[in-house]
Amino acid sequence: MNDRLANARAEAGAFMERDHSQHPPAYAPGYKSSVLRAPKQARISFASTLSEKTGPAFGHNMLGELDNDLIVNYAKPGEEAIGQRIVVHGQLLDQNAKPVPNVLIEFWQANAGGRYRHKREGYRAVLDPNFGGFGRTITDENGYYWFRTVKPGAYPWPNGVNDWRPAHIHFSLFGSGFAQRLISQMYFEGDPMIAICPIVNTISDKAAIDRLVARLDMNNTIPMDLRAYRFDIVLRGRRSTFFENRPEGN
Amino acid sequence: MVTRLDYLKETPSQTAGPYVHIGMTPNWSGISGVIPEDLGSQVVTDGVKGERITVAGRVVDGGGNPVSDCVVEIWQADAGGIYNSPAEHRTGADPHCIGWGRQAADENGRFVFDTIKPGAVPAPNGGFMAPHITFWIVARGINIGLQTRMYFSDEADANRKDPILAKARMIGRDGTMIGQREGDSVTFDIYLQGENETVFLDI
Repeated sequence: MNDRLANARAEAGAFMERDHSQHPPAYAPGYKSSVLRAPKQARISFASTLSEKTGPAFGHNMLGELDNDLIVNYAKPGEEAIGQRIVVHGQLLDQNAKPVPNVLIEFWQANAGGRYRHKREGYRAVLDPNFGGFGRTITDENGYYWFRTVKPGAYPWPNGVNDWRPAHIHFSLFGSGFAQRLISQMYFEGDPMIAICPIVNTISDKAAIDRLVARLDMNNTIPMDLRAYRFDIVLRGRRSTFFENRPEGN
Repeated sequence: MVTRLDYLKETPSQTAGPYVHIGMTPNWSGISGVIPEDLGSQVVTDGVKGERITVAGRVVDGGGNPVSDCVVEIWQADAGGIYNSPAEHRTGADPHCIGWGRQAADENGRFVFDTIKPGAVPAPNGGFMAPHITFWIVARGINIGLQTRMYFSDEADANRKDPILAKARMIGRDGTMIGQREGDSVTFDIYLQGENETVFLDI
């Protein structure tokens, strides 16, 4: 592409290198499932090509009216999910602190008692007939998102004999390029289970763990209705491309 | 005084967990009525240009067991090598090639995508990369989504010139990134660990 005219439409910039000190390693034996599912060989690194700089886009018109309201999106008409009513909201930014607009965020969670609606799940806590546990939204022009739900319960799992997950909500995030694709989990401020969770502790950097903890946000809490939690998310940023073509990406 | 470069840090990854299907393929997991159809079930729509192919394979762990709870996503260019994406600087992408797909593996760790063979995409320093499909795999036990690429066994000449395959060839592992084509079917098994371990990428 060396012969591109100077005024040609700029290609989106390559992504900043992923800082693996901020992420869990593949092999983390405290989390037993990772032992047979972690590659042993080193990853091959290369600067992002068009294949990583591009990614799918989803239009706001794809969304149903209740897609971001887990309190009612699975409930029978006139009924609602049981549990602590909350709104989770925040801003999706890239590493250049630039908002990431118009991208899909998907989330899923257990119900108020820690029970997932999934065919392979056998925890004795009961299902809530009015709670599905799935939702999605698309960020607005400023990268903001929000959804209503009930606060999930803690959940026991077969790792150690007595391991329990902290209350958490799973997030799946798209960016503008496929290299930004990310799945993570959001925890709740003050939960004593966070510090002793083997999955949380696959992340070695305490400050990085802290960035997965949503803050209680009393200023956005709706009196006599629901409490608010604030959770901002950061995706990889694009590098400037001064030499390939005009500066772009931050 | 040290210059401060206040780039934010990326949000850390966490495993998708065993119930990833609730969020990514809710209808498959039994949560019906919230959305009409699971996202990513169609990579291409009727009228798409190009050669129709089926890309199928299994995801296997380091003990030889099927990874029956994974979700696999793919991202690819259209038959002309153009991505259907707002971040694509070229125009003229085939509107019938969404280019993105998502499938939950079955109990044998098997996934299937009905798609088209992608065209060659420009390489960063001139020339072209060989036709390829980008893969992303998440599951219980996978702490950060695994990225790889599938190339095509019927593209030996283009594969020889591909800059990414060249890096894998230097360590004798490029063969793990080649999907085996027979007729309209391409088989691409993914080994997470051990003998025949698939090459994973830091992209």
